[in-house]
Amino acid sequence: MILDSKIPEGPIAEKWEKHKFNVKLVNPANKRKYDIIVVGTGLAGASAAASLAELGYNVKAFTFHDSPRRAHSIAAQGGINAAKNYQNDGDSIFRLFYDTVKGGDYRAREANVYRLAQVSVNIIDQCVAQGVPFAREYGGLLANRSFGGAQVSRTFYARGQTGQQLLLGAYSALSRQVAYGKVKLYTRTEMLDVVVIDGKARGIITRNLITGEIQQHSAHAVVLATGGYGNVFYLSTNAKYSNATAAWRAHKKGALFANPCFTQIHPTCIPVSGDYQSKLTLMSESLRNDGRVWVPKEKATAERLRKGEIRVSDIAEEDRDYFLERKYPAFGNLVPRDVASRNAKMMCDEGRGVGSSGLAVFLDFADAIKRNGADWVSQKYGNLFDMYAKITGENPYEQPMRIYPAVHYTMGGLWVDYNLQTTVPGLYATGECNFSDHGANRLGASALMQGLADGYFVIPYTIGDYLAQTPPTPVTTQHPAFAEAEAEVRARIQQLLSINGTRTPDDFHKQLGQIMWEYCGMARNAEGLRHAKQEIQKLRQAFWSDLKLVGTSEELNQALEKAGRVADFLELGELMVDDALDRNESCGGHFREEYQTPEGEALRDDDNYAYVAAWQYTGDNQPEVLIKEDLQFENVKLTQRSYK
Amino acid sequence: MAGSNPNAKPMNLTLKVWRQKNRNADGQIVDYQVKDISPEMSFLEMLDVLNEDLLRRGDDPVAFDHDCREGICGSCNLFINGRAHGPEAGTTTCQLHMRKFSDGDTITIEPWRANAFPVNKDLSVDRSAFDRIIQAGGYVSVNTGGVPDGNEIPIPKDIADRAFEAATCIACGACVAACKNASAMLFVSAKVSQLALLPQGQVERKTRVENMVAQMDKEGFGACSNIGSCAAECPVGISLENIAILNREFLSAKATSNNLA
Repeated sequence: MILDSKIPEGPIAEKWEKHKFNVKLVNPANKRKYDIIVVGTGLAGASAAASLAELGYNVKAFTFHDSPRRAHSIAAQGGINAAKNYQNDGDSIFRLFYDTVKGGDYRAREANVYRLAQVSVNIIDQCVAQGVPFAREYGGLLANRSFGGAQVSRTFYARGQTGQQLLLGAYSALSRQVAYGKVKLYTRTEMLDVVVIDGKARGIITRNLITGEIQQHSAHAVVLATGGYGNVFYLSTNAKYSNATAAWRAHKKGALFANPCFTQIHPTCIPVSGDYQSKLTLMSESLRNDGRVWVPKEKATAERLRKGEIRVSDIAEEDRDYFLERKYPAFGNLVPRDVASRNAKMMCDEGRGVGSSGLAVFLDFADAIKRNGADWVSQKYGNLFDMYAKITGENPYEQPMRIYPAVHYTMGGLWVDYNLQTTVPGLYATGECNFSDHGANRLGASALMQGLADGYFVIPYTIGDYLAQTPPTPVTTQHPAFAEAEAEVRARIQQLLSINGTRTPDDFHKQLGQIMWEYCGMARNAEGLRHAKQEIQKLRQAFWSDLKLVGTSEELNQALEKAGRVADFLELGELMVDDALDRNESCGGHFREEYQTPEGEALRDDDNYAYVAAWQYTGDNQPEVLIKEDLQFENVKLTQRSYK
Repeated sequence: MAGSNPNAKPMNLTLKVWRQKNRNADGQIVDYQVKDISPEMSFLEMLDVLNEDLLRRGDDPVAFDHDCREGICGSCNLFINGRAHGPEAGTTTCQLHMRKFSDGDTITIEPWRANAFPVNKDLSVDRSAFDRIIQAGGYVSVNTGGVPDGNEIPIPKDIADRAFEAATCIACGACVAACKNASAMLFVSAKVSQLALLPQGQVERKTRVENMVAQMDKEGFGACSNIGSCAAECPVGISLENIAILNREFLSAKATSNNLA
């Protein structure tokens, strides 16, 4: 198979405009003859479903939540980037493009990223028009703040709840189309397979989570907006239900999976407290605007602190090491996430970590409080400080927060071309579910931007090009492929229920998470990865012979739902390890210990690895086949990333 | 958090949990014992411990709704010891931690109780009525594209801040559960206020409030009797002032209605 990214010809600034003109259109009267399935109702899904319905298509929207508004986009805190240059500080579409390609450590596709930067400005306008209450200045205009990996202030925000407000905007647009009857909404309905007929996506198989009913749904095209796979690690900042099943099912039906090893470890999360821990909580990157990251200069001091012999306040200013400010004076505490995370780990590895486990560094607001007062800090970050206090029982206004990196986002995902189409015609992937825009590391406040760019401003154009070449004759579920896919889904559920072993789905999931974090987390090496691969294979065997479930499929059975998702994580985890093993370089969030500069920074190998690694499924327990898409950089010069 | 309270002792607790097989079945309170619960656990992590134990023993785990466990998605919704989201003010169930309880405590856990929120199973309820209320008018009718530049709609900061405060509602339904009438006024008022305050919401201001209130009544929520337990139990602090705004919006819309539907 040869991957065709379908990047339009011409100068980068003109590609999207030209492409929009060149794509085929479906005339307004014909749009109502086409059905489109959208799976997932987060930013990427809700925006796509609403926009497609507004155009006149018949949309079926699916979510496993009880309401579209619960999708995990809701939890994004800090903000959304846009190249508005409202601050007159030198921002431009090219700069946002450049920062994103550089931040991604030169492993993203230039044309996609440029388009993202172009449409970023439309997103803000759209959200404002919907009534999204962005933060404002006293003059009534929109406010901005800074985020990691950028030297301009281009992040729009709604206190620490930007994702919530943007999602509620998209949810409101979706709700309006539901009311008009243009979107049929299926809640508490999980997609369990894609139906492919003559090589084209023509529908999906779903399970109603309340009644257990298995249903067939047909359409002319299917859009997956089902989020990322960070929960492979068990502990992550993802919501508990976030999972890879929809994307993984699509992968097994022929969609290539790209750069699975590119996972983002976010530097500022509340550290693990015990083995009962069910998830990790992010403290927004925006906190690094005013919080200073430090550990004690001396190992001995850190040790005494961990034992409780001294308190934080006993450590004099000159005995503190503000290591990000020291090592990266140009960006200071606002270095990109991968750099901040790796440095926190280095400090803890040196024995200078804090907290009883030693796996934490301080994020200190004392200076900001002294400079501007506690009220000012509360205005900006109040909800985050409250959340920290509730979880830890400590008051961050009085003592520094303790933070540690945690899995947060997955840059990898289903391979898509410039049109966001996967390698299965008619099957599209948007938002975190695809791999396209963030390379090996995503910059803060860019996930919301990408989700909404894809849904509001890209897919409405590109899907039309495909549909215009698809006959408008109704697609029904009569084709035997539907019955076959349904039978497979039913058989798999019955298989899970009939194992009758001793271990719970969570038990397997936790063990998988430990393997992944240990060997395929913040630092990886070939030996560890090879070991992890064997461990995952063993664990997968154990899963299929010793899983414990109760009850039936014809009821609300949350353990059964979980088991199906863990089964898929157990396969995806191995592919992540394969991918990490293949990539003999360090880039962004993928840090191979064998490949680093003398200063411990990621050392890329552009001659051999400037490609997208797209993996093709070839059968159960068969090795996947690697297909490369070479990345061309015509507008950004590849350099060693430096934030010093 | 390990380290924040190293002397915290594990607790043994008695749980009285509402079990109900499905929407049409009768339910009952069932007693469970949980042991060695760390005070640093969240309430839901304590329930995870119970459920893992039940599943290992071959018993049906307790169904409950949850997802983000960060207090923002609005999924979790437990009625704990007679209070929506439990004893700590301004807190969702997922953010409630076991340090708020003591060794030997008995904790009663029930689902939201409201006709408009039928029980799916155990502690999980159907809150789709909220979605239908939003579908009735909780939006500004703009299509994607063709909108003015964001800064062409200046909004005074205090108005933007007030609209934001109203917009932070997470639709968990605690207001309904806390109300003796099972009224949804606080939920509805939060959306009505947000859009009534903002310039973008002016065009549909009257029809919006009329349609949303009509849908609220149709869903079977009770009337508001201005006691204020909704706002007292709201985990994100939606103010009772919003209900006053809703009443004013509704009356003035009705008096000068341009709702031709």
